Formats: sequence, C-alpha cells, structure tokens
Amino acid sequence: MDFLHSLFAVSAEDLLSTSVLVLLLVAAWGGDKASRAISIVAFAVLVGAAALAVPALTAGAGGAATSAFGGHIKLDAFAAFAKLLIYVGSGVTLIVAPAYFDRFKAMRAEFPLLILLAALGMGIMVSANDLLTLYIGLELNSLAAYVLAAILRADGRSAEAGLKYFVLGSLASGILLYGISLTYGFTGTTSFDGIRVALGTGALSIGATFGLVFVLAGLAFKISAAPFHMWTPDVYEGAPAPVTTFFATAPKVAALALLMRVSLDAFGGQPGAWQQIVIFASLLSIVIGALGAIGQDNIKRLLAYSSINNVGFMLIGLAAGTAAGASAMLVYLAIYVVSSVAAFVVVLALRDEAGNAIESIAQLGGLSRTRPWLAAALAVVMFSLAGIPPLFGFWGKFLVFQAAVQAHLVVLAALGIAASVIGAFYYLKVVKVLYFDDATDAVQGREELANRALLLGSSLFLSPLGYLLTPWLGNLAGSAAAALFHFA
Amino acid sequence: MIGIGHYVGVSAIMFVLGVLGIFLNRKNVIIILMAIELILLSVNLNLVAFSAYLHDLVGQIFAMFVLTVAAGEAAIGLAILVIYFRGRGTIAVDDVNRMKG
Repeated sequence: MDFLHSLFAVSAEDLLSTSVLVLLLVAAWGGDKASRAISIVAFAVLVGAAALAVPALTAGAGGAATSAFGGHIKLDAFAAFAKLLIYVGSGVTLIVAPAYFDRFKAMRAEFPLLILLAALGMGIMVSANDLLTLYIGLELNSLAAYVLAAILRADGRSAEAGLKYFVLGSLASGILLYGISLTYGFTGTTSFDGIRVALGTGALSIGATFGLVFVLAGLAFKISAAPFHMWTPDVYEGAPAPVTTFFATAPKVAALALLMRVSLDAFGGQPGAWQQIVIFASLLSIVIGALGAIGQDNIKRLLAYSSINNVGFMLIGLAAGTAAGASAMLVYLAIYVVSSVAAFVVVLALRDEAGNAIESIAQLGGLSRTRPWLAAALAVVMFSLAGIPPLFGFWGKFLVFQAAVQAHLVVLAALGIAASVIGAFYYLKVVKVLYFDDATDAVQGREELANRALLLGSSLFLSPLGYLLTPWLGNLAGSAAAALFHFA
Repeated sequence: MIGIGHYVGVSAIMFVLGVLGIFLNRKNVIIILMAIELILLSVNLNLVAFSAYLHDLVGQIFAMFVLTVAAGEAAIGLAILVIYFRGRGTIAVDDVNRMKG
C-alpha cells in the first residue's frame, strides 16, 4: 500500500516516465517524420506534469511535505517551485527547437524525448531526499544532456561540445560520488535527515569534511560556478542554440535547487563548514563571469560568462544560509530563467539571409535601425541581467544582497555590488553596439510566430511591469524556502 | 590485519590516479574514459568497504546503481566519441580545440 501511495505522490514523474517510454516507441516506428508530432505531445506532457506538480506548491506551504518511497523522495513546496521552473525551461526548448533544426534538416525524433528524460531526471533531483535519489536524478539529467549537446551530428562544434561536456560532466559526477561515498562512510546513512542528525552541530570529523567538500565541488561543476566553470563557454558556444537555451535554464535550476537542499538540509547543521566554500565560489564566479565576458565577441560565449556571473549572485543568497536568502535565491532563479529564455530567443532570431546563425556581436551593429523590436528586446535583457533598476533583474539582485546584509555578510554584499558594476560594462557594450554602431545589415531572418510570442512575454516580464508580480512571486518563493527549512 | 583505513587509502589513491589521468593525459580521449571508470571504481570500493564496516547494506546497493550508471555513461561517451571522430578524423586530446576563449 505504501508503494501505491508513493506512486500516486510522484504522479508528475509517473506521467513523464510513461509518456517517454510510449513516445520512444512512436519515435522508433515513425522515425524523424514523427518528430513534430512528438514535440507537440511532449509539450503537452510537460504541461500535464506541471499541472500535477502545482498542488504541492500551496498545499505543502511552510511544511507538511509528502515523502514517498520510504523517505527517498520529498515532495514539498520547494520541489514544486523548482519543478515548475524546470518544466518552463524544457517547454520553451521544445517550442523553439523544431524551427531551428528544420533549417539544418536535422530535426530528430529523439530530441523531444531527451528533453523529457532530462526533465524527469531534474524532477527527481529537486525532490531527492537521499543521496541515492540525488545521484540517479543527476545522472538521468546529465546523460540526456551530453547527448543533447552533441545532437547536431554533422556539426564539428556540436560534437566537440558534447565531448567536452561529457568528460567534464563525468569528472564532476565522479567527484560528487566520491564525496557521497565518504559522507556515507562517516555518517552511516545516505538519507538527508539521517546525515543531518549524524553530523550534529559539533566539530566535523576529517572524513565528513572531505565528503562535504567533494559533494559541494561536484555540484559546483553542475551549476558552472567558478573555479569549476571552464566547460561552460565552450559547451554554450558549441551546442545548437535551442540546446543552449535548455542548458541555461532547466539544468541550472535543478542543480542550484539540489545544492540548496544538500547544503541547507543534509549539511544544514554545519553551516560553518560550507559557508566559506560558498562565499569563495560566489565571489570568484562573479569576478570571473564579469572579467571573462569582456573580451568575448561571440554572443553565446558572452551569455555563458553572464550565466557564471549570475550563479555567483545566486550563491550569495545561499551563503546567507537563512530562509530569506533561500527565498531571494528562488526569486532570482525565476527571473534568471526568464532572462535566459528572452536572451536565447533573440540569439535564435539572429540569422543572415541564408539562414546561418550570426553569433558575432560586431555584426549586430545598428540592429536598432534595421530590427528595432529585436534590438529593444535584447537591450531589455542586457539591462535586466546587469541589474539596472527599472527592470526586473534588479529585484533579484536586491533581494539577494538584502538577505546577505541581514545575515551580517556585509563585506560579501559590498564586493558583489562592486563586481556587478564591472559586469555592467559588457552588458552595456552590447547595447552600445546595437544602438550606436554603424548598421551592418547582417541580420535578415524573420523569427517564428511562437518565438515572437515568447520574446514578447519574457520581455514584458523583465520590464518594469514585472514588479506587479513581486507579491505573488515572493509568496511562492517564501513558502518554498520555508519548506526547505522544515525538517522532519 | 587489513582494516577500513587500508580500503579507504587504496580508494583515495585510485581516485587521485583517475583525476590525474584526465588532466595529465595529452594523447587520447579513450584514456580519459578509462580514467573516469577508475574514479567510479574507487567510489565503489569505498562504498562496499564502508558497507561491510558499518554492517549496512545501503552501500552495496549504491555500488550496484553506480555500476549500472557507469555502463550507461561509458556507452554514451563512446557514442559521442564516434561522432566526434567521424567529423574530425582524430581523437587526440590536443586537437579538441575548435573553440577557445
């Protein structure tokens, strides 16, 4: 009976896994001709999974989580919040991908299946309450992601991105696993609750410290925080643009949510042990993200460094180690997902007459005269990512810094603000190219109707109108963060 | 008498060898795949040793999962390597540099 009860509790994952298996058969019989139909069904499945995940968002507010499979999975408001963001990222990828791949005549039936599998893995990651579930979810997501990066088989850059992602991703999984094995050895359990009890609040043993450091290093790889960020620019540049859209949104949410749950729940009794590591990774990410982006001419590489930079800001919220910090992180994450969607939909629209992608920023000169709306959207994204006040991106940064100051991390907040000024330089450089440089007339392609709708929606969200959503978003993030601090 | 410390020591040495194998190797991507397997094996050794030491089965079950996932990971790695080789005609590590920055 307990098993049946658990199966009902994870209904979103049930739906995803059964539909992946059915669609896999459809793909095997229908071949690539069926890819468009499969994409549409896959999108519907994601919407269904999101609908199944929504009730936990409010029902589990501030506590009362459902645990399933003997405590291996915990379905609380936090998991539901992260899952919704993940499904949004995956759904957007499914919308933008077919038109892109059709231009290369490379739309393959397995693409939507891999996205669904990755979404399933990420759903397991964010609701994991045990190191074993954590690992299985993470690998299900990673294995699908390696293939996605290399899916444009004829393109050398895509294969190279897949190879690099695979090697460094596997190394990260290995480091994470080694940390897991040490944590298991020195606490005698793999469940997060058990680990928290076993570690207590006293001094940590050397073995447990090593375990914690390795687990954090492995997860830092996955969220592309410095000093483990080196794969990000290459993978973002080499992977096909819709796949990069995916990487910048869903897996980032999943890995950050996982990092939050591991640090605040499993290692929650030992904030002193991980806080310094998080602060170090956070500052380094902000600085490397800002400095590395300055010399870049490729817009996808620029966005990769921007993502490293943004991860650094989110880690400030984690470093605070409070419910306010976690809630600020979740709000930041939601805004960041929308900014990434908007940024990459613009990148997808940058094409020359022959339909080839334009990735060089220099070729965007004077875009404001040839394609005013596209340029305006990109400018909104850039201003928002830089955190310039009237735009919504500012709100996320503001909350994170506020949480840091409340947690007496004034120096961290001050350094973060200083570094965000350096970051503003390269965001503004793009805007300068768009509005003040001579027109190059390179961009000719027309974007698809669905992409336009996505771009309009996300730009409106990032515009000052987004502030109308702050009470709603703040409530959701607040109850999700409270669930994270509600220990059994 | 061989105790838990010996197992953890051997496992740590294997882990370090695996990591060094990834970073120091300049020749061939296949060697990187082998190094990754070595890392996963060191983890398994740790898990099984701790499991026996703690009289707790979870570690051995975990090792089974790691083995299974490692098989899937190797399959995907080789598949990506094959399409990479088709496009480039080489799998030397120094040649994986189309993108830089």
